[in-house]
Amino acid sequence: MDITGIRKDFPELEQKVHNHKLIYFDNAATSLKPFPVIEAIEEYYSKYNSNVHRAGHKISSLATIAYENARKKVAKFINAESNDEIIFTRGTTESINFLTDILQDSILNNGDEVVLTVMEHHSNIVPWVELRNTLGIDLKIIDINDKGELDIDDFGKWFSEKTKVLSITHSSNVLGTINPLKKIIKEAKKRGVVTIVDGAQGIVHSKVDVQDIDCDFYCFSGHKIYGAMGIGVLYGKRALLEVLPPYQQGGGMIEKVSFDNVVYSSVPYKFEAGTPNVGGAIALRTAIDYIESTGLEQIIEYEKELLDYATQKLLDIEHLTIYGTAVNKDPIISFGIAGIHHYDLSTLLDGFGIAMRSGHHCAQPLMNRLEIDGTSRISFSFYNTFEEIDYFTDKIKIVKKMLI
Amino acid sequence: MSIKDIELNLIEDFELFDDWMDKYNYIIGMGKELDGIEEDEKIQDNLVSGCTSQVWLVPQLIDDRLYFKADSDALIPKGIAAMLVKLYSGNPPQEILDHKPEFIKKIGLEQHLSPNRANGLASMINKMKSYAEYYSKIK
Repeated sequence: MDITGIRKDFPELEQKVHNHKLIYFDNAATSLKPFPVIEAIEEYYSKYNSNVHRAGHKISSLATIAYENARKKVAKFINAESNDEIIFTRGTTESINFLTDILQDSILNNGDEVVLTVMEHHSNIVPWVELRNTLGIDLKIIDINDKGELDIDDFGKWFSEKTKVLSITHSSNVLGTINPLKKIIKEAKKRGVVTIVDGAQGIVHSKVDVQDIDCDFYCFSGHKIYGAMGIGVLYGKRALLEVLPPYQQGGGMIEKVSFDNVVYSSVPYKFEAGTPNVGGAIALRTAIDYIESTGLEQIIEYEKELLDYATQKLLDIEHLTIYGTAVNKDPIISFGIAGIHHYDLSTLLDGFGIAMRSGHHCAQPLMNRLEIDGTSRISFSFYNTFEEIDYFTDKIKIVKKMLI
Repeated sequence: MSIKDIELNLIEDFELFDDWMDKYNYIIGMGKELDGIEEDEKIQDNLVSGCTSQVWLVPQLIDDRLYFKADSDALIPKGIAAMLVKLYSGNPPQEILDHKPEFIKKIGLEQHLSPNRANGLASMINKMKSYAEYYSKIK
């Protein structure tokens, strides 16, 4: 891969931070955006911004075609069986809230059990906790081993006769662990459990094939895969989407309305009430085009090389612990240095132009499980380089001296 | 020394440094030097809300003067707390209340801290001021 050429596509990399070249290692939070994505947004808003699906005029047609082409692109990208299985949302968080909302009373009732794992992000915890409080469901939490991998030896411990839903992350935003989804979902399916995958991280570093994974729902955000913020996807199997009730009510999702009766549109439109984020969807399509033209396989391979290189370099640093040493791992490294607070570390490294993350990473239950109050986290994308990792580890050594 | 004089001294100290790493080194040094608080004082009531790391503040009124002790689990917030303790501790509550801190802007700390951290700093000052207000009234 031509990393030098690729870096030129990402304008944010050109800037200096605190008089140092920006080293962007916070990709698990959000990715940087390439020029084609930025240009797609500009082009939409300057040339054919108009509301979709309703009007018969020319620019509305252009916007509608572009919006529906984005849906097609996403469907193809994750190998959905049909375009109708793609619902645009604001992001992963909304996709999961969407599901906890529509599954209650339809699939989930008082006394039913939902299976989660201890490595979930708050967005795949809080909506379920809320549902436990309001609907009276039980939550079953699956633990991890010392490497940060889920225990998949005994699925008898995962599911019971009460289990109705499994909601699991594709990969951990803290530990990097890539979960063996196919195997887990196969077991869930055997027991008739509805399966939801939080793909916020997984979509970035894996080739996602929803038919192969065989999950019922797959959620992800556009902004982590080089698209704009405020657009996300909920993939759902058509058979389930057909029978589930709408999430929100309003314009754009109806066939017929009177004060006595409402007839909803077909899937996916019955799930897209109100004016959608058309510009966001178009930019997401462009982002996927960008990934495909760069080559997802090459991206995954290169990011893995970055992960291995950084892991080795970090392990050479005394008193440094890496949290999450799974065999299958996304390019995300959480670590701590004995005697140093993670906030001090990231504050000082910021002074050297390094953008990274410190804290609980919206995974407080996982922090409790690891018996720590936070970690420092670096996460890579394909525009990062080995030289940046060298710079980073050199600066860690300087900062360590300041703090001990 | 008055609060104003201590503040001027702090600003002068920072003027010696060109580089932000030197400024941080100074703050960290102050954090390392600050006597912390006892473990049993690290309670919810003493916690300053709005900080990204844990910061505790313990007030004590002796002979009409308000003294502060502070601590944090991270060194940079502890150093910042140490600066505030240096500035305010041992003064009459009303004087603490009347003082408008300028050093944060003058030393450039504000622009170097992230909005979260700047909020934390503001919370520390607010907490000190609210103690000062409380003790100025019960006098």
